Amino acid sequence: MSVLSKSKLGPLARREQRLALGLLLPTVLIVFAIVLFPLLATFWISFKPVTLADLRPPEIFVRERTRGLKNIQAAGDSFRLEYRLRNSSQTEWVRQVVLEDTLPSGLEITDLDSRCKLAGRELRCELGDWEPAQNEKLRFQAQVAEGWLIEREDPGKTQPTITGESSNKLLSSNFTLENFSDVFVMREFEAILLVTFAYTVLGTLGAIVVGLFAAQLLNLSFPGRMIFRGLFLFPYVAPVIAMAFTWLVLLDPNSGALNALLLQMGAIETPINFFGIRWTEVELFGLNLPIPLALLMVIAFEVWRYFPLSFLFILARMQSVPQDMFEAAEMDGATPFQKFRELWLPQLAGILAVLFLLRFIWTFNKFDDIFLLTGGAAGTRTLTVSVYEQAFAINNLGAGCAVAVVISLLLGLFALAYFRSLPAEEGL
Amino acid sequence: MTARQWQTLLFTSLGLGVIWAFVIFAILAAGFSLLEGTGLMPSSVQITICGLMAGMLGLIPIRRRTRGLIAGFALGISLLFHLLATDTPFQNPEANPLLQSLGALLGSLLLVMVLVFSFRTLGPGVLNRRRWELCILSSLQVFGFVFFTVIVVLPFYVMLMTSLKSQQALLMNPLDLTPNWRQDGWAIFRSYIELFRDFNFGRYIGVSAIVSLATVALTLLFAIPGAYAVARLRFEGRKVLSRSILLIYLVPAIVLVIPLYVIFSQLGLRNSLMGLLIVYPATTLPVALYMLQGYFRGIPPELEEAALMDGCSRMVAIRQVTMPLSIPALASVGLYVFMIAWNEFLFAFMFLDDPSIFTLPRGVVSLNSSEVPRQHLMAGAVISTVPILILFLWAERFLVKGLTAGSVKG
Repeated sequence: MSVLSKSKLGPLARREQRLALGLLLPTVLIVFAIVLFPLLATFWISFKPVTLADLRPPEIFVRERTRGLKNIQAAGDSFRLEYRLRNSSQTEWVRQVVLEDTLPSGLEITDLDSRCKLAGRELRCELGDWEPAQNEKLRFQAQVAEGWLIEREDPGKTQPTITGESSNKLLSSNFTLENFSDVFVMREFEAILLVTFAYTVLGTLGAIVVGLFAAQLLNLSFPGRMIFRGLFLFPYVAPVIAMAFTWLVLLDPNSGALNALLLQMGAIETPINFFGIRWTEVELFGLNLPIPLALLMVIAFEVWRYFPLSFLFILARMQSVPQDMFEAAEMDGATPFQKFRELWLPQLAGILAVLFLLRFIWTFNKFDDIFLLTGGAAGTRTLTVSVYEQAFAINNLGAGCAVAVVISLLLGLFALAYFRSLPAEEGL
Repeated sequence: MTARQWQTLLFTSLGLGVIWAFVIFAILAAGFSLLEGTGLMPSSVQITICGLMAGMLGLIPIRRRTRGLIAGFALGISLLFHLLATDTPFQNPEANPLLQSLGALLGSLLLVMVLVFSFRTLGPGVLNRRRWELCILSSLQVFGFVFFTVIVVLPFYVMLMTSLKSQQALLMNPLDLTPNWRQDGWAIFRSYIELFRDFNFGRYIGVSAIVSLATVALTLLFAIPGAYAVARLRFEGRKVLSRSILLIYLVPAIVLVIPLYVIFSQLGLRNSLMGLLIVYPATTLPVALYMLQGYFRGIPPELEEAALMDGCSRMVAIRQVTMPLSIPALASVGLYVFMIAWNEFLFAFMFLDDPSIFTLPRGVVSLNSSEVPRQHLMAGAVISTVPILILFLWAERFLVKGLTAGSVKG
């Protein structure tokens, strides 16, 4: 009888619950703050008309100026003190604006504005509510006394401070469906969806098929097997940034080694801009087939970079399959391809299905690779690249979040499919 | 043997001969082109005839294929390769002719060796379906190793060699990737020297190392207790929690980046390492938790129970029994998290504007402009790749375990 499996209601069990809560709480809080809360915020922002510029709250800009300060000779002379104020926002009100400044000693304001008060050296003006882009000049005549002449202190030396209340656009109760209509009406939205699924399905299948091939090779026993296993993992272990730029340099139409090689060996006549051509025609058996070149190249990169993961996963499973079955098949004279088809594939079917779903989700989520290779140009814009494009290239955070919401919803569907199809022993 | 079997034998032998001749001579020609900096390509007539001749090996009974015969075949094919060429063996008088002759010999030798290996089970008098499939399979295996080695090694080779070239050399002949070894002193490393001197790369390495190590420490600090609770303790909502770990793990960074950008901008955390150190552990926590709890479940609970029976408190039992047993798992998870943090690009790119706190990936992106020459970009790529590859080779066993467990992510 295990000590750890006490009855549910006992004091020990309650203590265990408390301990579990204590151990898990920090993790749960962190994950909530950095993953779940932003996820909810994405939904929130997707219904708001927010652009990148709105991140800076609207405020009143102020500039202080003096006129005639230099001409002052004696006590009783005066100069003009001026505050120029402007609401920085073109769209938002700033409410209960208050200007405060400390004047040099020995100054007297002769024509104090009714909204302003001078208490000792402290000037305070309550300027009320300001409409978008409103601007105003506050002008005063300042008369100097004897005391001022000693130091001749410039009033501009102390910075005026402005306080005001502005509504944060992110928190306002102003909702809109415009972001979604922007995204769905976008002429290329269907194209983006198509590209996303082509990239995801082909990239996933390619990586799994290539990974299956690599796993078959590395399941053989030969000297140097571990060296090859390590080598085959290089594309995945190296930073994506280094690998993406290397591919760009290698395949560059003007200074790339591959184009130069193909040209010099006579395989092509003009250099090919692998990552810049949306469609090209390839002649195959007398037929002109249109090929989405740039898309195929980013898919090739995806397959190249992620086949190591598939092969590791598949290899681990292959090595845990009992060998006697294969020995028996060998005795019965099964051919290698028969063994692969009749024995290996059924053994690996479960792991291949799980791998497909997981890799499908991760390929669907992929942003870095395409962003670094093409930036979404030449017919390679997927949903994830579109999020960046909307939010930070067009500066429309709301629309970016709307695309992110579409991603999240689709992802929810995939996750559902994943958990539905998960065999009991694979799950948690 | 029936006529049909002879036919199969003939087609298979000659077919594989020609295919392998094309594969080997094309790879050799491409390899020599990259070394010599000028295009080399033998004619297809040359290759086809040599391939047909090499394929004849399959028609010779297996037992008669002595070493002498094989060597003779290789020499004969090499001779044929020379005779069929209208010019130098690889049809380019600009490149070193002696090297071309050696290349022809090497190619013939490789061709014959691959075919001897493939034809081990194939010969007159012994043909059946199993032997034929084994022959094709052998060929596929050799091809697989060649294919994977080329596609993996080529980009890394290009990256390293480009970083050692000079701007003029790159523009003059993009094909010539061999650096000029005869430069004096450290001149060959000029891109690296400039990156460290003018582009602050020494600092970026330091920042990346600190951020990655801190991420590992923070992740383990929170993941170990959490994973232990999920694996061992019984509490309400355990099922829901363990399922949601994987679910959260599937949320992509690109969905989180806009709100985090907004919130961090307003909190003043955006352009700071502090911000990265909040985001990185939070995004690696789910996978670390997932991997660790799987491992903790594999440790027999009886060991801990024994400690509890002896009067240890639960915390002492965790620290003195479970932790020492989990060191391999902690190493795997730690290395995996380190790799994720070291390679992370999106958040570093979105958050960091200040060059004095760039991580390596952010620093390399800043080199990707038309004003910075290509060899600098490649040198930056090498600098960011080498540490992680060294770590990988040094601790491959642990990292592979981590990758397999975490390969749900990528």
